[in-house]
Amino acid sequence: MNIQRLISMANQIGDFYESYPDQSHAQEDIAGHLNKFWALSMRKQLADYVEKNGGAGLHQKVQAAIKAHLQL
Amino acid sequence: MDDIKYDKNIDYGTPTSQSSKQVTLTVDDRQVTVPEGVSIMHAAAVAGVMVPKLCATDSLEPFGSCRLCLVEIEGRRGYPASCTTPVVEGLIVHTQTPKLADIRRGTMELYISDHPLDCLTCATNGDCELQDMAGAVGLREVRYGYDGENHLKAEKDESNPYFTFDPSKCIVCSRCVRACEETQGTFALTIQGRGFESKVSAGNKSFLESECVSCGACVQACPTATLIEKTVIEAGTPEHTVTTTCAYCGVGCSFDAEMKGEEVVRMTPTKHGGANHGHSCVKGRFAWGYATHKDRITTPMIRKSIQDPWQQVSWDEAINYAASELVRIQKQYGKEAIGGITSSRCTNEEVYVTQKLIRAVFGVNNVDTCARVCHSPTGYGLKQTLGESAGTQTFDSVMHSDVIFIIGANPTDGHPVFASQMKRRLREGAKLIIADPREIDLVANSPHIRADYHLKLRPGTNVALISALSHVIVTEGLVNEDFVKARCEWDSFVAWRDFVAKAENSPEALADVLGINAETIRAAAKLYATGGNAAIYYGLGVTEHSQGSTAVMGIANLAMATANIGREGVGVNPLRGQNNVQGSCDMGSMPHEFPGYRHVEDDATRALFESAWDRPLSKDPGLRIPNMLDQAAEGSFKGLYCVGEDIVQSDPNTQHVTHALENMECVIVQDLFLNETAMFAHVFFPGASFLEKNGTFTNAERRISPVRRVMAPKNGMEDWQVTAKLSEALGYLMNYSHASDIMDEIALLTPTFHGVSFKKIDELGSVQWPCNDETPNGTPIMHIDEFVRGKGKFFITQYVPTTEKVNAKFPLILTTGRILSQYNVGAQTRRTQNTAWHPEDILEIHPHDAEDRGINDGDWVGITSRAGETVLRAKISERMQPGVVYTTFHHPESGANVITTENSDWATNCPEYKVTAVQVSRVNQLSDWQKHYKTFSEAQIAFAGRKSEAAKIG
Repeated sequence: MNIQRLISMANQIGDFYESYPDQSHAQEDIAGHLNKFWALSMRKQLADYVEKNGGAGLHQKVQAAIKAHLQL
Repeated sequence: MDDIKYDKNIDYGTPTSQSSKQVTLTVDDRQVTVPEGVSIMHAAAVAGVMVPKLCATDSLEPFGSCRLCLVEIEGRRGYPASCTTPVVEGLIVHTQTPKLADIRRGTMELYISDHPLDCLTCATNGDCELQDMAGAVGLREVRYGYDGENHLKAEKDESNPYFTFDPSKCIVCSRCVRACEETQGTFALTIQGRGFESKVSAGNKSFLESECVSCGACVQACPTATLIEKTVIEAGTPEHTVTTTCAYCGVGCSFDAEMKGEEVVRMTPTKHGGANHGHSCVKGRFAWGYATHKDRITTPMIRKSIQDPWQQVSWDEAINYAASELVRIQKQYGKEAIGGITSSRCTNEEVYVTQKLIRAVFGVNNVDTCARVCHSPTGYGLKQTLGESAGTQTFDSVMHSDVIFIIGANPTDGHPVFASQMKRRLREGAKLIIADPREIDLVANSPHIRADYHLKLRPGTNVALISALSHVIVTEGLVNEDFVKARCEWDSFVAWRDFVAKAENSPEALADVLGINAETIRAAAKLYATGGNAAIYYGLGVTEHSQGSTAVMGIANLAMATANIGREGVGVNPLRGQNNVQGSCDMGSMPHEFPGYRHVEDDATRALFESAWDRPLSKDPGLRIPNMLDQAAEGSFKGLYCVGEDIVQSDPNTQHVTHALENMECVIVQDLFLNETAMFAHVFFPGASFLEKNGTFTNAERRISPVRRVMAPKNGMEDWQVTAKLSEALGYLMNYSHASDIMDEIALLTPTFHGVSFKKIDELGSVQWPCNDETPNGTPIMHIDEFVRGKGKFFITQYVPTTEKVNAKFPLILTTGRILSQYNVGAQTRRTQNTAWHPEDILEIHPHDAEDRGINDGDWVGITSRAGETVLRAKISERMQPGVVYTTFHHPESGANVITTENSDWATNCPEYKVTAVQVSRVNQLSDWQKHYKTFSEAQIAFAGRKSEAAKIG
């Protein structure tokens, strides 16, 4: 899929958790959402992007969530 | 009162009473006990004594005009009308005496002296209350003759496409007028003139030109042939009846299909229908002719390329071709290269077998449903907060509401039968808050109803509004902390409370964003929190946004914080667009969930289905519709089985959808018609209409209702059978002999459906899930003592403005909606005479915006967005706020979704249909897309060997 679309969708998820006081918990929730609702191929593509391109365009906390909690 | 077993075939004359106090009286030597408040006529009917009547019927309040129902009461003088005289303990009533017989005969003689004596050729011969009463009172002669002044030559009004009004047969009983007022709430009819001049009038206009919404309540109420369905005039009276469920909106009205053999003569709303209580709208009541429309395709078709003409083939050939293509694609491109889409227009049983085929036979979870583009945020948001992806109430619950809060819904157009019930409650005095960018009819355009607060917010700011309302509730001490402590996760509440209490969430801080002054927001919040039972009703104006799921969770937060949940009169009520949105979601048609909303990664659930289906199942969520289309556009998704859904017309950014379909190698469409998606298909499986199959629909209040076959499928098979045959061709036998077998399997595997069966549905008429051992008769109200998830959970709902922003190039916001007479993509209603009310989609624009652009009413205007351009006629309307334009999407040639973008909800990918930045300008020709569409669709229709009236643009 178009990586920019995946980035935009992942950032939207990050935005939802922006105001959560416990940001480490928010990271788990962001990744949890991806794990629960995104197809494996989309998760893999995003993780691959973070690994190979440094996650440019992805919000910091989304990148962190992907690195720490994404299931592949 | 509970002891009375009401028979739906008996007209008790006047309504029952909700009183718990019982009264015993004697009618014609029969002792009868009834609730206090009912009429003597009603009590007599309960006792089995039918008092003659004409102006009374038990769906309407008594009127006392026909003077036929007079009775004698021992100890009282005169001859009171039994319909307007309430029961009193110990009364002794006589309904048949020589004096009464004499009075009644005299009254009937007067009626008949001004009534045509054409009974033998009258359309209601044998089904006429006037005829029955003439017989009942023993009328033998009319002494007055017909030479004097009378109404026998009064002109007939045949303007309505579905019924006629023949005033020569009218007895001026006012039943039609009262039905329009009490049942429908439109007040389109009146009695004009006095005495002999009295006549029923639709406001001095023809019925079609009047305020009449063609709901059919007047026709239903008429005791003569004055108001009668044209189909009855043409076909004669029906000879048998089958109760089934409407195939239109999420109200899910119960209907009696009145039949002559396999021909439907008329559809009448079932008196005891759980959702509609004998009421209907123009769609369900009259717009069913599409089922036998000449555009129906009943023979399977295949073709190699969408540039080729269709080839008509046998079922076996079509099924085997489809199966071989799916196998080929998976072999060539991988297992995940195919998937399927179900529809809210399918029955539960069809959805279940389709998702089973995809999960168990395709071996993937790439199954989705059209709820993706409407109420997927409801499923997500309510599951997160309350624990179940469903509305919390019954429709009847609204009759206990003191405050009704409508957000982003237009019930009088989208859910008209429920709207009538809601209007009844509003006329009784319930308060009304409406949050909508547009002035919907309930704001100030419904008789005797005016919203207390119309929060005319800017499109895309729902979450900001909910934050502001929440801020007021939290900071002004309006939270019901006892409820929250007892029923909700306290930590989540504290986090939410602290968030919404911030100054940035105050009405004053958000007033400019919303376009609503702070005092109004504060007043509305106080009314919701303190006005008594407060119920929220919401629709796609909440869900179809980039923050749709956030808004749903925000709504649940409001209900929990104010304890407006878990009893009659309150709750969170999603108004579902299509008849089986709830059911299609319940049946596991989302890519991450098995039936009953159980995640595919849950090992125990997966093991249960693997064991039952005898196939390994994937634990990974599959692709959603937009994901499938994105991957198809890029070349990795190649095959689609699309049942009952028309993604080309209904999904956003049409050109992206069609590009994706053009890239696929096998698109299988199963539908009644060559719909817009079928024009891009390689295999066409003809579908069966709702009149041709057995199954169930589940409405917005979780009510599972029967769909019953009243005629043989014109395509030869019910839709579940087509899916089962495809499965068999793929090597997996689905061994069902009847749709009820499928429901039995659903019940076996789904805890909330354990108690559901066709037998139970037939016994109860309908049943609301959860229905299992604990709740064998179903669950009308949810979350009474505890939430399904245990404790309710608050979520912080930060307002995040959409990225779809206006600028100099696209300075207006387009928002979309629907209209009463048309339904969704219009495939059904466009093939009925409902087009009399809405022949084309139009663009509503505020006078200021129109003036700025030199646009006059009726001008052709081009609407351009970042996604595309289309052309519609303009209608200048102050319903719009400046800066906002509006249209519907019922006609494919309108191309409303050519303009909408792929922006979507963060949690569910539900498209942001309600916010598209556009420019509008006067034009004098169709858009390039429309010109292309005209050529393309004409070619495709010709490929199917058809002449159609479609594509009549330009």
